[in-house]
Amino acid sequence: MKLITAIIKPFKLDEVKDALKQAGVTGITVSEARGFGRQGGHTETYRGTEYKIDFVPKARIEIVVDASRVDEVIDVLRTSAATGKIGDGKIWVTEVERIVRIRTGEEGSDAI
Amino acid sequence: MSHALHAAETIRKQTVHTVPPVPRRKVYAIMEINAGATAWVLISAGLVLFMTPGLALFYGGMVRSKNVLGMLMQNIFAMGLVSVLWVFVGFSLAFGGDGGWIGNFDFAFLNDVVGDVTKAADLPGYGGALVVPAMVFMAFQMMFAIITPALITGATADRLKFGSYALFIGIWSVLVYAVVARWVFSPNGWLFKRGALDFAGGAAIHVNAGIAALAIAMVIGPRRGWMKEPMPPHNLPFTVLGTGILWFGWFGFNAGSALGADGISSQALVNTHLAAAAAMLSWLLVERLVAGHATTLGACSGAVAGLVAITPCAGFVGGMAPVIIGALAGIICYLSLKLKHLLRVDDSLDVLAVHLIGGLFGSIALGFFADKSATGIGADGVFFGGGADLLIDQLVAVGAVMLFSFVASYIIAFAIQKTIGLRVDEEAELVGLDQSQHAESAYQA
Repeated sequence: MKLITAIIKPFKLDEVKDALKQAGVTGITVSEARGFGRQGGHTETYRGTEYKIDFVPKARIEIVVDASRVDEVIDVLRTSAATGKIGDGKIWVTEVERIVRIRTGEEGSDAI
Repeated sequence: MSHALHAAETIRKQTVHTVPPVPRRKVYAIMEINAGATAWVLISAGLVLFMTPGLALFYGGMVRSKNVLGMLMQNIFAMGLVSVLWVFVGFSLAFGGDGGWIGNFDFAFLNDVVGDVTKAADLPGYGGALVVPAMVFMAFQMMFAIITPALITGATADRLKFGSYALFIGIWSVLVYAVVARWVFSPNGWLFKRGALDFAGGAAIHVNAGIAALAIAMVIGPRRGWMKEPMPPHNLPFTVLGTGILWFGWFGFNAGSALGADGISSQALVNTHLAAAAAMLSWLLVERLVAGHATTLGACSGAVAGLVAITPCAGFVGGMAPVIIGALAGIICYLSLKLKHLLRVDDSLDVLAVHLIGGLFGSIALGFFADKSATGIGADGVFFGGGADLLIDQLVAVGAVMLFSFVASYIIAFAIQKTIGLRVDEEAELVGLDQSQHAESAYQA
């Protein structure tokens, strides 16, 4: 099993969620994040003082899938999350050692 | 408040209740109570009190979230502590007796200040010109005593120990505020007698608190990370809400100071509003030209700067003077934001630029724009044929208030610093006032 983590622009979240549901993904976890890559920060001004804000708000999506579905889900994520402009985000994949469903104790693919 | 004597000259058309003289102790006197005036001053006391939680939100929105409760608490706490000190001794020191420099203890613990107007004292110096009960006058004044030290909290944001704050404002409200109030507001006060005009407290409240803020900010030192770490406002919606409350409450602050429900209070209300409006516009204009954007914080700051500047002028100017005064205040106060950098003092929320400079400008502008024909009271300034007499009196007044308040505030701050300390320790400052001073979190994640 694999963990797919995607960092996306927050306003794309609804579109991404709908696309994932359409693709049959049964569960995701979403959290707020801040970060920067090539997309620089911005400046804000308060009473004449400028503040350079390096971090940009992002949304983090985490999905555990069967190894066989990884390519498909990455495709869905890319298509739904992209705007074509800098700051669209990144997706990475890591290995999941073990997964357990809390309610029933099921493990592995049965727990996804 | 200085114009109550002048107000006696206006014709009162409302119902007047006259009480026959009670010839006993010399403090009892004839009181002519005007119902409309009394109702308005009662409401104004509520409006001015409301300004303190308004100020709390105004400032609270500008600090970092870990310190918001610290700021809010300091402001609302003044409502508790200063109220009690005012009725114990503050009111008496400000308005009792005949002294030009300080009052006495005639009214301590509200002695002779009672609801039954047939038994209440005649306030010294007013000579029967007050047409509201002494009780509501005392209460109205109390709300000013509360908000004045609260203004100082903006300069010491994020680093002042709560207990030290309480000690500072407790001492300050009795030894500094009551004294300055005596000089400026009491008809027996030496600045009042010289002819200085301060309708609602440009000098007594704003210049006073502004210079005191400078003193304590100098003693306490800057926030850790000042000028290195970004410390932007964490909740500007609070600041906007606070501004709305302040603007609304200021009608009580200025128009209530007419101590009458008449043409003077009407003019004061209009002057107050127009100055806020004009100052907001001019601040936004300068900000847009200099810094690139018209901001919400700018709109709020501009409005407050205008309100501060019109405070000494409110019942003494008319026509388009409030618009001009407000417009100039917006520009001058915006440009004064640099002051703290020039002085190298971390006046965190710009108390100097808005209150000290705003109050100074308004008090001095009054020397030019005062126009007796506007409301029938006051004097004529330079632009209205009065020459420089009033202007000189205004300069003496603000000079005296600044000198006294700065020195006294510095001494009090220094004494506290040397004994129990003013400042939170490093870890408390990093963790935030909310946790370290009050064991609370403002926002449960």
